[in-house]
Amino acid sequence: MSEHTTAAEAAAPAPKPRRPKPKSMIMLGEQTQALFDNARLAKERGEKVGWSASIFPQEIAETLGLNVLYPENHAAGIAARHQADPFLQECEGPLGYSNDLCAYAKLNLAYASVLNGESGVELPDGGKMVKPDFLLLTNNICNQLTKWYENLAEQMNIPVFFIDTCYNPYDYVTESRVRYVRAQIDQLIQDLCAFTGKSWDEERFRKVMKISQRNSCLWERANDLLDRRPSPLSGFELFNYMSAMVCNRGKESSTAILEQLNAEIEQHIAEGTSTFPVEEQFRVSWAGTACWPYLSHNLRTMKKYGINMVASSYGKAWAIEYEDLDGMARAYCFASTNGDNATTMIARRLEALKKFGCEGTIYHVNRSCKVMDCQMMEVQRQLSELAGVPFASFDGDQADYRNYSEAQFETRIQGLVEVMSQNKEAKGND
Amino acid sequence: MTDLDQNISMLQQACANPRERLEHYLNQGKKVVGCFPYYPPEELVHASGMIPMGMWGGRTEWKLAKSYLPAFACPIMQSNMEFGLKGTYEGMSAVIIPAICDTLRCMTQNWRFGVPSIPMIPIAYPQNRTSPASVDYLISEFETVLTMLYTITGRMMNEAALGETIRIYNEHNAVMREFSAVSVDHLDVITPRVRHAVMKSAFFYEKSEHTAIVREIVDALKQQPAYSYPGKKVILTGISCEPDDMLDILTENQLAVVGDDLAQEMRQYRADTPLKGGGGLKRLALQWNNRYGCSMIHTLGKPRGGMLVNLCRETGAQGVAMCMMKFCDPEEYDQPYVEADLRQAGIPCLSVEVDQQNGSFEQFRTRLQAFCDMMG
Repeated sequence: MSEHTTAAEAAAPAPKPRRPKPKSMIMLGEQTQALFDNARLAKERGEKVGWSASIFPQEIAETLGLNVLYPENHAAGIAARHQADPFLQECEGPLGYSNDLCAYAKLNLAYASVLNGESGVELPDGGKMVKPDFLLLTNNICNQLTKWYENLAEQMNIPVFFIDTCYNPYDYVTESRVRYVRAQIDQLIQDLCAFTGKSWDEERFRKVMKISQRNSCLWERANDLLDRRPSPLSGFELFNYMSAMVCNRGKESSTAILEQLNAEIEQHIAEGTSTFPVEEQFRVSWAGTACWPYLSHNLRTMKKYGINMVASSYGKAWAIEYEDLDGMARAYCFASTNGDNATTMIARRLEALKKFGCEGTIYHVNRSCKVMDCQMMEVQRQLSELAGVPFASFDGDQADYRNYSEAQFETRIQGLVEVMSQNKEAKGND
Repeated sequence: MTDLDQNISMLQQACANPRERLEHYLNQGKKVVGCFPYYPPEELVHASGMIPMGMWGGRTEWKLAKSYLPAFACPIMQSNMEFGLKGTYEGMSAVIIPAICDTLRCMTQNWRFGVPSIPMIPIAYPQNRTSPASVDYLISEFETVLTMLYTITGRMMNEAALGETIRIYNEHNAVMREFSAVSVDHLDVITPRVRHAVMKSAFFYEKSEHTAIVREIVDALKQQPAYSYPGKKVILTGISCEPDDMLDILTENQLAVVGDDLAQEMRQYRADTPLKGGGGLKRLALQWNNRYGCSMIHTLGKPRGGMLVNLCRETGAQGVAMCMMKFCDPEEYDQPYVEADLRQAGIPCLSVEVDQQNGSFEQFRTRLQAFCDMMG
């Protein structure tokens, strides 16, 4: 997210009186500002700056003291601030890309084209996503990332440092995958050191790893605290803190932010308050990426019925636990449900539905993300049966505002509310 | 009918009715394993004494598949799912699904739950081929495929059989390359439709049988005088160029196909399995590392455009038709680079949408006419 504006705020309509920004959000804003400032300053000093996939082992760059920025996170911010249109037009027009592609990729390829002096789109953030000298790639989220980074590398004539995490068709990460990924991590560290002139410090790595582990725990804990009834937070607010995990997972500044966030949530619990603005009538889980361009509409519609989203797939996405490089290899193969089979995905979601007492699930059929959508229907069926809760799905996009209908979202939510109400009534009559 | 005509007709018949080929092998007491695109390890099936059969969709109305796939999933996968759900593939002992793109990742799971009567065997190819560890990883994936094949079918492979299979597959690669090269001098016989049938039929024959038929076709062509084709010559690139209606429109416009870079056709045959360098599984893994110029395989440098420019020069093609499989994101990422490279080389390029379900080709016809004008 931006240094000044959160996604939820940016997507909001007319200004209205607001509760004061919590301290954790102010700290988060400062951290994001620092991330971009540091990258710019490093670039000015002639140091090499990278762009990275969001579930790349961030601890490696952190150990080497490299400045790295995150295109997916950046694209989400642009989309949430409703600034995506000129980039999408540029990508699908002069750059010649298909409209079918992931909107994060389209946005970023157009942004990169501006940085490369090949496109004239005005950069709404003044170009804070500085031009990279190298790319850090993993495909645990999807295969499109592999192609997207292939193209960035060609466009800007820069190297890609790639860890192929392989799709897991099985319920566990096979040892052969761990060996392959571990070998790639070793090679990548060596190559990245050679390219950037940095050196690997094992002691520093252990420290970063500890920080990262601590942050993962704090992130998971903050998510877990939403299991209280009513939830102390409006679940969508947690989306705003994702940058602390995506971009700054190995940093102590994230520890401070997440400790503060946990403290704020605990205070709400102690005082019996919540940031969810209305009475919590229904608790639901959210499957899929946030619909950034319409976060505000999603929130408003759900609020109307007292629906709080208390569980999302982001809760576990960065809950990456490991103790050494072998463990890192295994953990990053298993981090994203996009890289895992349906059984793993269903098991994780079922656990969340139960833990958070969800009465329904909202599925975002994210037009950008085939890897989520193309097995979603089967997952919905199985999960709904196993958990005994209804679901609603809606068409949207993580960054392309053209793929959403407010009316459809509202109708689907109404339908879900009807079923959840009936279920509630039936339970009450038992 | 000459032997040449008979052979061509036989291969066309196989493409028109793959089910008949499946029955043919089942009636012989053979087991058949379905092979999804792309680059399934057919050799492992073959060396286990079974018949690998390609599964590249087909024309069918999507009804049942709609419960598994959104409208923006690849048409080949939609059709495969539909056929699977409605029982068209019954008789197959298993299917192998390489999880090579995002949609195929999901297809492993959709098939697993949607078509439990035909067990699914997944394989995830390594994409970081510069890592030496990718070879051992891929060998391990092959071993898992073999274990599952054995568990499901009771058929086990041995090293000698795999060696022989590799020889048969390399021989098949060679005959297909030769066919592609020789057909350029016989475009009166090898029309776009015929060329496609010779290519596609490979999915429905045991490979040495297909080699024998194509060998006869090649030999018969060689005996005929070279034909001087009066029309224009093009290269096809993409996933596939189907249905046949599209190919007929090429013919109508005096266009002949003199080479291709289609995943369904020549892309498969560019890299042989090395004859030395270890056991059969290791050599198959090395073959994967030798594959090139494919959108599905991570490669830096976007080499495909340059490769197509060379192919045009070698074959005398005056243009390239980029057959964009609908909703195929790996191809869509290559498209701007391929188009730019061809433009820079002064080679006209026409990008057309490919969808096996298409019933109307008027737009394609119009655009193709304009393309012909561009080629001068």
